[in-house]
Amino acid sequence: MNTWVFGDNVDTDVIAPGRYMKFGIEEIAKHCLEAVSPTFPSAVKPGDAVVAGRNFGAGSSREQAPEALKHLGVSVLIAESFAGLFYRNAINLGLPAVACPRAKRIRAGDQLEVDLARGKIENRTTGETLACELIPPFLMAIIRDGGLLPHLEKKLARKA
Amino acid sequence: MARTLAQKLIARAAGRPTVTPGEIVTCKVDLAMVHDSSGPRRLKPRLERLGAKVWDPKKVVVITDHYLPAYDDESRKIIQITRDWVREAGVDAFYDAQGICHIVLAERGHLLPGMFVAGGDSHSPTGGAFAAYMFGIGATEMLGVMITGEIWLKAPHTIAMEFDGALRPGVSAKDIMLFLIGRFGLDGGQYQAVEYRGAAIRALPMQERMTLCNMTAELGGQTGLIASDGVTRDYLNKEIEIWDSDPAAPLLAHHRFSGTNLAPQVAAPHSPANTGPVTNFRQKVNFAYIGACTGAKLEDLRMAASVLKGRKSRVKLMVAPASLRDQQTAEREGTLGILLDAGAELLANSCGMCAGYGPNLLDDDTVAISSTARNFKGRMGSAAAQVYLASPYTVAASAVAGHIADPRDLLA
Repeated sequence: MNTWVFGDNVDTDVIAPGRYMKFGIEEIAKHCLEAVSPTFPSAVKPGDAVVAGRNFGAGSSREQAPEALKHLGVSVLIAESFAGLFYRNAINLGLPAVACPRAKRIRAGDQLEVDLARGKIENRTTGETLACELIPPFLMAIIRDGGLLPHLEKKLARKA
Repeated sequence: MARTLAQKLIARAAGRPTVTPGEIVTCKVDLAMVHDSSGPRRLKPRLERLGAKVWDPKKVVVITDHYLPAYDDESRKIIQITRDWVREAGVDAFYDAQGICHIVLAERGHLLPGMFVAGGDSHSPTGGAFAAYMFGIGATEMLGVMITGEIWLKAPHTIAMEFDGALRPGVSAKDIMLFLIGRFGLDGGQYQAVEYRGAAIRALPMQERMTLCNMTAELGGQTGLIASDGVTRDYLNKEIEIWDSDPAAPLLAHHRFSGTNLAPQVAAPHSPANTGPVTNFRQKVNFAYIGACTGAKLEDLRMAASVLKGRKSRVKLMVAPASLRDQQTAEREGTLGILLDAGAELLANSCGMCAGYGPNLLDDDTVAISSTARNFKGRMGSAAAQVYLASPYTVAASAVAGHIADPRDLLA
């Protein structure tokens, strides 16, 4: 896995540009973050981590922002903090978003191991362990089911 | 115990006597609003996959605004899915090509003090101007609301933004918000409730209050709130409940400013937080835009007209009134005529250029001044385009001057 590092206030217009929003996720994902990192959409690999500073995902309610990252294979988002609306969208799409107050200790290319249950990030490159905020259990259940849609599907099937 | 307006609204929606900030509660939704981009195009296939129906079609409002006018196969398809789904789902409250969702929802009387409303758009805090708890969610979360009629929430703390005195001529709600976003940052609202209060706020008409709550999205609040009062009642033209914070209710923060001393503000590329007083700027511009839910309501058009009256724009000027009804009123009262005489080109009552959704995109060489809410890189078109944000007054004054200009000089 590779680690991609971004700054503060990365906004949803940069993650999922409006002019491509009329298309499906394959097309939107091709332009994900290209305005700030032209190589990202073509070079990011399944399993990679995206790390950022404060307020990652500021702006729009468009869930195509976390969806594009997930579509490209990003396995986890780590940031000092997330925009509240983006955070909810990421979890609802089954993409773990981990708030880590010391996320800026992480450098591009660092090998990370993220333990969501324990709220810990092991940086295998530097040997450092970073504490992160625990995701509440009812949201962990949504992530484990792969997002709110499969989660609802399971719930409705149980009722039927 | 003294409670904030936000606490009262959440407690009511959660069916509990009170809620403590930070606790997670489940709220019943009084109204769910979606538009063509985040709505049926994403809801329909998922509802079908789940074999589920809308919990209460009478509590759903659907508005087309993002892909209008449809100009290619993709946008035509999105609009068609919206129209088809509304029929299938039995939703009566469907506003097709009537304007931008937040403005139409308000002008058609769907928002009342005390309500709890989920909106499928990030500018949903706009509804907070009616002392309703309204906030934005994504399409998958809206799917959950459509099926269950419920949503979880972390009961918010309240950050009070108090403005005393009175705004001077040429200074508006937009300036208040650019100032606050510049001061506290894009995450200054901490995803809590931001409550606007004080004499300068009380004096604002409803659409200006809507601008405050609208841009709470850029301030990073979950919602923006203003207590209901006589101004709310007069706008709705009926008796309403008064919803307000108790005077001693505990706040996460209480910031006090002078409304009287506030100057027009400008946000430089590429962030609404990159803000300073207009007097710091003399940047040449080649495009001026008055549009969006944030910046093209009737009150916004009037502000622009007060500057443009008897003057001509030296740059390309485009105006996209936020709703058809506002445009018609502007036409009747002469406001629209003033804008057209100044050289404005009229665009459809839709989101359009604000979010890069229409065929009109900014090119590499554009330096724009815009009454919209966001100037993130590439939002309105090319990533090389430069977008400055300002009030309709300042956009109009800058259009006349050909560079960023202080509207107070032209209003004097």
